[in-house]
Amino acid sequence: MDPFLTIPFVIQRVKKETSDTVTLEISRPDDRVKTHSPAGSAFSFLPGQFNMLYVLGIGEIPVSISGDPNHPEKLFHTVRKVGAVSIALSLMEKGDRIGIRGPFGNPWPVNKAQGMDLLLMAGGIGLAPIRPVLYQVFPERDRYNRIGLLYGTRAPEDILYESEIKQWRSKFDLEVLVTVDRAAGDWKGNTGVVTTLISKVSFDPDRTLVMICGPEVMMRFSCLELQKKGVKPENIFVSMERNMKCSVGFCGHCQFGPWFVCKDGPIFSYDQVKDWIGKREI
Amino acid sequence: MGAKYVLQASQFQFLFDALTARGYQVIGPKLQDGAIVYDALSSVQDLPAGWTDQQEAGTYRLENRSDSAFFGYTVGPYSWKKFLHLPARKLKRGKSAEGEFHFVSENEEIPKLAFVGVRACELHAMTIQDKIFMGGIYRDSSYAERRENIFVIAVNCGKAGGTCFCVSMKTGPKASGGYDWVLTEVIEKDRHYFVVESGTGAGKEILAGEEILKELDCPLAAEAEIALSERIVEETACQMGRRLKTEGIKDLLYKNLEHPHWDEVANRCLTCGNCTMVCPTCFCASIAEITDLTGEKVERVQKWDSCFTEDFSYIHGGSIRKTAKSRYRQWMTHKLAYWIDQFGTSGCVGCGRCITWCPAGIDITEEAKGFYGDS
Ligand SMILES: Cc1cc2nc3c(=O)[nH]c(=O)nc-3n(C[C@H](O)[C@H](O)[C@H](O)COP(=O)(O)OP(=O)(O)OC[C@H]3O[C@@H](n4cnc5c(N)ncnc54)[C@H](O)[C@@H]3O)c2cc1C
Ligand code: SF4
Ligand code: SF4
Ligand code: FES
Repeated sequence: MDPFLTIPFVIQRVKKETSDTVTLEISRPDDRVKTHSPAGSAFSFLPGQFNMLYVLGIGEIPVSISGDPNHPEKLFHTVRKVGAVSIALSLMEKGDRIGIRGPFGNPWPVNKAQGMDLLLMAGGIGLAPIRPVLYQVFPERDRYNRIGLLYGTRAPEDILYESEIKQWRSKFDLEVLVTVDRAAGDWKGNTGVVTTLISKVSFDPDRTLVMICGPEVMMRFSCLELQKKGVKPENIFVSMERNMKCSVGFCGHCQFGPWFVCKDGPIFSYDQVKDWIGKREI
Repeated sequence: MGAKYVLQASQFQFLFDALTARGYQVIGPKLQDGAIVYDALSSVQDLPAGWTDQQEAGTYRLENRSDSAFFGYTVGPYSWKKFLHLPARKLKRGKSAEGEFHFVSENEEIPKLAFVGVRACELHAMTIQDKIFMGGIYRDSSYAERRENIFVIAVNCGKAGGTCFCVSMKTGPKASGGYDWVLTEVIEKDRHYFVVESGTGAGKEILAGEEILKELDCPLAAEAEIALSERIVEETACQMGRRLKTEGIKDLLYKNLEHPHWDEVANRCLTCGNCTMVCPTCFCASIAEITDLTGEKVERVQKWDSCFTEDFSYIHGGSIRKTAKSRYRQWMTHKLAYWIDQFGTSGCVGCGRCITWCPAGIDITEEAKGFYGDS
């Protein structure tokens, strides 16, 4: 099937998360419509994969799937408005249509973390592609040892999925540490960069799998810090971001060193990318 | 290897006719605006017989030859990629009404084209683009269908250009596969003919090629004719204007991503992107939205793009590759190193176009030397 063919989906609900971020709940108007998904005819996805979201007359952008992989029929995308397409997406209302192509990219190695401690690290909107990991591990919580979430964001009012995080904490034995860049008023939590949280969470470095999504510098410093603590580079995974036009390896825009982020990524082990991620303008 | 035949230069038009009769449009080299370009040919008269080119870094000049060779020059500014990976094409069309929309894949007319005069390096370039557009889990159906509908008549080079280095890249000057026919042009004192060999395999083009050979009633080539044709190509191999050392080049470039030589190239590079446009393997493209005034009709259009533009690597907050240095590094490292990891082959076939058509005369073979020596 034509990988460029956009399938119209309908917005079911728009949830305002923060002043600049919304979560869209989207469904397919007709379940018989097939996407080109190599996984099969029905739309299914794995945590860490993304779709190309298209707004008529404006354009198309890559956005991670932020919903539950066990319920792919309800598609969720969390979008931060930064420019033309993301702003148009943030202005969507129930009943509006957007186009979807996907899912694309490789997934987080969630199963590899079974029997290990799982440490999730997110910066800002980077929490969106991490959420499906939590949805996948919670129903099988006892297969994992400790699960920690380290989350850094600009300010207390920018915290995503806040009430959900509170529930997870108590219900699924999830250790959550949040830090903000700047806090005003009654914030009693951590301030500073997310790497400072690493020493505040307990995990067994030898048997920990880490997944990180955030700005490139944040991921790089987190990797360095984790490595210092004794986590093996092959157990640390990052989600890379590059300009994307095609998402199928044809347009060349997403190149990052020897890789195409769209088809070889977006998820890479630190072991793979450690010589590249610190280099400027790669 | 197939049998070799002799086609007289005076019979060359019959070949064109036979291809046309089978529904092919003949595409080949012709003179246009002071250069030899690939375009539709109406007869052998359109070929630049008796012309040759002089190429050096940043210069291209046409000159007369002392004979009337049909293929006595090397490659010009255009490559065959413009017929397979189109410079611009509609990906899909959509209609919308009150916010609802519907897209259909663009149904393209796929022409049957006969490429006449494809050089060895260019055959390799096509194989390289095949890997990009047809070699993975996703297939570019426009490219794939175009590719399936071409008849390829290759020509072994009888002369190397000043910027050629196919010998270094092991891509020429002798065509080693990927053609339906390969010609070697031979000019003796009073004879002008081609030694013709048909490709191997059982594709419909190969079969058509054999049929045409029978139709033209070409005699088998004599040993002396074959020997002469082979010597011509061997001599070409000794005339390479450029050389590129390729041993260990991937690791060499990976080790030197922060080498000061990149700054030195950056001082000369105008980031015009000419090198990417003329390169037969460069494949980058962008996709844009085109809407009519009413907003009811929408098209998604794909166009060639270049890694030399600032926009190419734009992500929110600024481009990844802001400097000329990083963009030249991206291009050259992609060609000579990343490509090997991505597709198992170099991205450079040694055609020399990027050297000839660079307004600053930047020479990939010279720049690569900057990293050997003190690595
Ligand atoms: C694999 C992947 C997953 C992503 N997941 C999310 C997510 O879950 N939520 C979210 O809010 N954002 C996500 N992004 C970032 C999102 O794609 C950009 O914010 C978006 O492309 C900006 O487009 P724009 O038109 O709104 O902005 P503009 O600044 O107007 O961008 C213009 C064009 O540049 C390109 N571009 C700009 N920024 C980016 C970028 N960061 N990454 C790739 N292309 C870019 C796009 O082609 C875009 O159309 C993801 C990016 C990638 C690569
Ligand atoms: S990089 Fe230059 S020499 Fe190599 S194939 Fe491209 S245009 Fe030809
Ligand atoms: S190397 Fe030459 S042709 Fe290529 S972008 Fe720079 S100036 Fe232009
Ligand atoms: S987005 Fe086009 S090659 Fe990756």
